[in-house]
Amino acid sequence: MTSIASVIPKLYQEYTTKTAKKLKIIDAYLLYVFLTAVIQFVYCCLVGTFPFNSFLSGFISTVSCFVLGVCLRLQVNPENKSEFLGLSAERGFADFIFAHLVLHIVVINFIG
Amino acid sequence: MTTLAEPDLGNGRNKPIFNNTTGFSTLITVTVLLLAWLAGFASRLFAVIRFESIIHEFDPWFNYRSTAYMVQHGFYNFLNWFDERAWYPLGRIVGGTVYPGLMITSGSIHWLLHALNIPIHIRDICVFLAPVFSGLTAISTYLLTAELWSRGAGLFAACFIAIVPGYSSRSVAGSYDNEGIAIFALQLTYFLWLRSLKTGSVFWSICTAISYFYMVSAWGGYVFIINLIPLHVFALLIMGRFSQRLFVSYSVFYIVGLLLSMQIPFVGFQPIRTSEHMAASGVFALLMAVGALQYLHSLNPKGQWKKLLIVGGLMAAGLVFLMVVFLTYIGVIAPWSGRFYSLWDTAYAKIHIPIIASVSEHQPTTWSSFFFDLHVLVCTFPVGLWYCVKNINDERVFVTLYALSAVYFAGVMVRLMLTLTPVVCVLSGIAFSILLDLLLRDDDLPTAPVEPNDKNLYDKAGKVKKRAPEPTSQADFGLGMNVRSGALIAFMILLMLFSVHCTWATSNAYSSPSIVLASYGNDGSRKILDDFREAYGWLSQNTAEDARIMSWWDYGYQIAGMGNRTTLVDNNTWNNSHIALVGKAMASNETAAYDIMTMLDVDYVLVIFGGAIGYSGDDINKFIWMVRIAEGEHPKDIHEADYFTEKGEYRVDSEASKTMLNCLMYKLSYYRYDSGGSPPGYDRTRGALPGNRGFKLTYLEEAYTTEHWLVRIYRLFEMFITSVPTDSVVYDFLTVLAKRIENFMMIAAGCGSRLS
Repeated sequence: MTSIASVIPKLYQEYTTKTAKKLKIIDAYLLYVFLTAVIQFVYCCLVGTFPFNSFLSGFISTVSCFVLGVCLRLQVNPENKSEFLGLSAERGFADFIFAHLVLHIVVINFIG
Repeated sequence: MTTLAEPDLGNGRNKPIFNNTTGFSTLITVTVLLLAWLAGFASRLFAVIRFESIIHEFDPWFNYRSTAYMVQHGFYNFLNWFDERAWYPLGRIVGGTVYPGLMITSGSIHWLLHALNIPIHIRDICVFLAPVFSGLTAISTYLLTAELWSRGAGLFAACFIAIVPGYSSRSVAGSYDNEGIAIFALQLTYFLWLRSLKTGSVFWSICTAISYFYMVSAWGGYVFIINLIPLHVFALLIMGRFSQRLFVSYSVFYIVGLLLSMQIPFVGFQPIRTSEHMAASGVFALLMAVGALQYLHSLNPKGQWKKLLIVGGLMAAGLVFLMVVFLTYIGVIAPWSGRFYSLWDTAYAKIHIPIIASVSEHQPTTWSSFFFDLHVLVCTFPVGLWYCVKNINDERVFVTLYALSAVYFAGVMVRLMLTLTPVVCVLSGIAFSILLDLLLRDDDLPTAPVEPNDKNLYDKAGKVKKRAPEPTSQADFGLGMNVRSGALIAFMILLMLFSVHCTWATSNAYSSPSIVLASYGNDGSRKILDDFREAYGWLSQNTAEDARIMSWWDYGYQIAGMGNRTTLVDNNTWNNSHIALVGKAMASNETAAYDIMTMLDVDYVLVIFGGAIGYSGDDINKFIWMVRIAEGEHPKDIHEADYFTEKGEYRVDSEASKTMLNCLMYKLSYYRYDSGGSPPGYDRTRGALPGNRGFKLTYLEEAYTTEHWLVRIYRLFEMFITSVPTDSVVYDFLTVLAKRIENFMMIAAGCGSRLS
């Protein structure tokens, strides 16, 4: 337990020094999306899920945004160049936008 | 079919010649795929040529009827369609209880052709939809196999799937059913999944999700995809093959696919509420956890992170599993449905859900049908599987799991042979491609340097090369010219036999519309028995617009589709107790049946009787299932044992049990029957003289019997019909009469009691 406690500040330090600024922006976006999901979830726990499709589309759209954000972050990270051969950062961003287009058409259809 | 065998062999043989031109290889690919499409299309037309352009069997009639409704009334009216002609008196909400992909596909083709001023009737589109889609299936199978192995193997697989009976059984012209387009969607989804896994691109993942959406809209078998892909991911995780590409492809596919699948009204909230879909969610959560741990690990590679990764992953898996179990326990998630459960426990359906067990295509598969449906492929596909396991990579893990699960499911149910067929074609394609590679390669080794040029030819030449030299280097020196050409000729003959068998099987076993029957005389002359349409035509011409027809559920869709009359039960089989009630009426004696029938407002009863022509799929042969289903709901009134002889035999002659000889189904089948062979009234289907003959019907009268006695329609006696219009003279007379009788009875009873 103590080892984990001691490791956390170290992790934080590693993160602040090693991560590129572009990735930090994405991380901020991810945090925002994550908080939105949490708020929706808390709301549904407190008030109820009555228009269930609306709740689902809202909640799933935040989860999807989070997932897509993580994917974008993985693809633009220069460290992962070997993993995603033939996928440039620009291509990753174009895919990201395409995915959001599809996603939000469906979400709007579903939200009722 | 010879056109088909030649191009793929030609491709194998010509490989060295076209070594240095990618143009030729593309040309050959396109030509072979086009020929495969043509051959697949042509071999499915037997039914149209022999009979006519007609919708087949049972379920296609419903699909056709709703497609026609959609074309006529528009898409939104179709979604809101309440069909009051089915399941009288309950009705059916069609829009919410149907996979609309099929109707939308043919509806949009119809719309497109009409926009181009090609006036084609919707029926012809429905008839030819499945053969056209078989070509698309061939192309997607080619893509899938090319992704897995090589383009040569892909061409083999495409040619196989185009004509293999296991697939053409469900996609001949006129067999307008969900499976026709679903296999294409299935193969396309798998191809896109492997492509997205390989590249790690979000774009391909979204394409996978969209293709999955099409599959969900088309067929209930989408559950197979949504369990197989998570299984693949899970297997990769266990094998330590986690990669960021896997993370990207699965998480995007899952979350977008989840949202898309809930757009289909029939599926609704099932993807988050039922156990069938929980594996996907569990794997998604697990993948998230592993991804997060991996990220922490990458931040600080030192320390005990490795252990934490494993322990954390296991804990996440356990937590997810417990969560699902807990949610199922408290009832948030529905447990596995009976249909799904019967896949694991083959005896389950027989005991608990006789209606599922009663369907012939839900029976366990026999060994011979494996060979009949797949022919030589069933022997060669283990070879392909072995090569895939031997040279394993991320994609081949998938095809291995696909093959294993599909073999299991095909063994459980005849119907699921359909999901096995594509993977068998893929793996056999790989096996044949390897064999031809082995047999043809050495010839050109001295003349042409294969290695460098091949890289232009094949997508993954590197991977192919890696494995090709090792068997060749060992085996080639042992193989002489004679052995090699001998083996080659043997394989050519095998392939030729395969295509002959495919054509034969498709033409003889799978091309019967089963609405129109054909019988052959001793001199080979053909006689068409059109009794079904005769009967349904009679119904539509001679009965009241709102007449209610009682029949066994098999014929519900046909009566609605061709006769355009109200039915009590149909092939949708969603309401077991309603079906059991009809079964009970058929299994009871006339008086008891009459009570049930008046309760259900029945006007006409329709039975199928094959005794005169020896048609074995008639109602008497299905009757024991009616008894079983009725017994399941009404155990007090119906007992299965009553319908057997004391020795436990099922017979209709004089030794049959009394209950059997007096039940409604028996009487309706054999009433006035005097045809069918040397002693008049001989039953040719069961080879027996009926035990109860010359009886009279009390509550029903014969309304119509078709030319060959195949369909018999009875009217409930007018005098007893309760739904006579209230203003008629007969009705008034009857009510007065009934009151008189009632009074008289009361007086008589009073007298009786005084006397005693």
